Amino acid sequence: MGKKIGEILLSVDHISLAFGGVKALTDICFGIREKEVFAIIGPNGAGKTSMLNVINGFYHPQQGQIHFKGLHRQQMHPHEAAVQGIARTFQNVALFKGMSTLNNIMAGRNLKMKSNLLWQALHYGPALDEEMEHRLEAEKIIDFLEIQAIRKTPVGRLPYGLQKRVELGRALAMEPDLLLLDEPMAGMNLEEKQDMCRFILDINEQYGTTIVLIEHDMGVVMDLSERLIVLDYGRKIAEGTPDEIRGNQTVIDAYLGVTSAN
Amino acid sequence: MEILTAIFIQPFFDMADDPILFLQVIWEGFVTGILYSLIAFGFVLIFKASGVFNFAQGIMVVFAALTLVGLHENGIPAYIALPITILVMYALAFSVERLVLRPLVNQPDIILFMATIGVTFFLIGFGEFIFGGEPKMMITEELLLPYDSITFFDDMLILQEIDIAASGIAALALIFLALFLGKTKIGIALRAVADDHQAALSVGVSLNTIWVVVWFISGIIALITGIMWGAKSDVSFALSIIAFKALPVLILGGFTSVQGAIVGGLIIGIGEKIGEFYWGDLVGGSIESWLAYMIALVFLLFRPQGLFGEKIIERV
Repeated sequence: MGKKIGEILLSVDHISLAFGGVKALTDICFGIREKEVFAIIGPNGAGKTSMLNVINGFYHPQQGQIHFKGLHRQQMHPHEAAVQGIARTFQNVALFKGMSTLNNIMAGRNLKMKSNLLWQALHYGPALDEEMEHRLEAEKIIDFLEIQAIRKTPVGRLPYGLQKRVELGRALAMEPDLLLLDEPMAGMNLEEKQDMCRFILDINEQYGTTIVLIEHDMGVVMDLSERLIVLDYGRKIAEGTPDEIRGNQTVIDAYLGVTSAN
Repeated sequence: MEILTAIFIQPFFDMADDPILFLQVIWEGFVTGILYSLIAFGFVLIFKASGVFNFAQGIMVVFAALTLVGLHENGIPAYIALPITILVMYALAFSVERLVLRPLVNQPDIILFMATIGVTFFLIGFGEFIFGGEPKMMITEELLLPYDSITFFDDMLILQEIDIAASGIAALALIFLALFLGKTKIGIALRAVADDHQAALSVGVSLNTIWVVVWFISGIIALITGIMWGAKSDVSFALSIIAFKALPVLILGGFTSVQGAIVGGLIIGIGEKIGEFYWGDLVGGSIESWLAYMIALVFLLFRPQGLFGEKIIERV
């Protein structure tokens, strides 16, 4: 394994997010290092998805700062986050349902298309070479995720597990530096989960992509992630390696619903 | 028996009897139809990008034509007035995005639909305030559009040159737009936005840019339609009624399909002219004004997604 965990890629400092009177996140701090698999866990409603939405630019926190690749981020919109190299999948699969698997993945390469609009419209000249190149990349991803058989199928017709895989493919097509996965294994059977685990590890190793993972299956989280944080009621209650978290009393209490003594 | 003959047999004998007249009727229908297609295209574009039926499409046609003619009336030569009108349509697209769509993002479609009705009334009021309410003549000559007619078969078939120009320009615009929306980055982005806003954002498509682009293209389409239709009649607020003819076209072709808009427009245009000419007398004429809606009704019964519309697939 040639993988080396590097510098801090994304740092989150004192982020607070509220919707009216409801505090979704309170004073969250953590750092994600290059090339690591980082997990965010916590009971339902702990603010995990909100945290991803903040990183991705869907939500704008009221307080705190985010630095990505060493640059301070002002209020940012999701498409700008995508330009900077942040890709994501969604908890309830968000695919272009009318398009085929291939076109969904090609849509992920939208930002990489550089040739002139006129050439693209005529489907000629430099645009053709460019399209070939993107098609090749898309095919590589299709091979990688083992979804050759459904290349031409409209994704709306696919079973849930495959839809999740296509969604991962679309995110990969963006060649992201940071990949946010929101419950990639929810609703899958054991076999599908194992496949997904393998893909996530392979992506991390082969492409060197930094991965942030939200997942409820503790076995999966403990196996995949190198470090994790635990959220509860919008607060960070623990941070560390899987082994450290496993033995952490606060975390156990949060999951079992024990009222803490202090 | 007589009535059956009149409906099912006589009209076809009439067609065969005078093929040149039949040709003339088809041509008239084709010219109307291609303009319907163009208007329907404007609807489809906005519907695809934002899931909203743009009630203001009809008034945009009037507003664009009125701006062009109004500028010319104030002494601005046509070749300057035209680019200015295009700029005005861009400003309109930009303001609609900034002042109407952006504040209403994530609202239900019906709210956005109501907002486009609001835009309609604003444009009526604004247009009347600036250019006055009386009908104006389209500046056909200044725009270098031909206005003669050419005849074939010993004057039996008469084609207006303006009609030829109109269908030529409309066809070019449709081809250009269809290509533009097919394989380009913007075309793919547009389809992405139509399918899923959240997912589109996550792959780096800016919703705001797409909205400005589609409203601007719709504005340009409105301008072309306004010029051509205005040249055939005159430029007045009554012109916005033709936008409602796009409704049966959309039902026929499917709200989300570009080819549907084109084919639907031609079917409705040619169909209503033939209906009027050969069957109109049976019911005392004026079939033209309602036949399109009847065709649409039949389609709604048997094929609600239209000829080319996407079948709604949903896993439950």
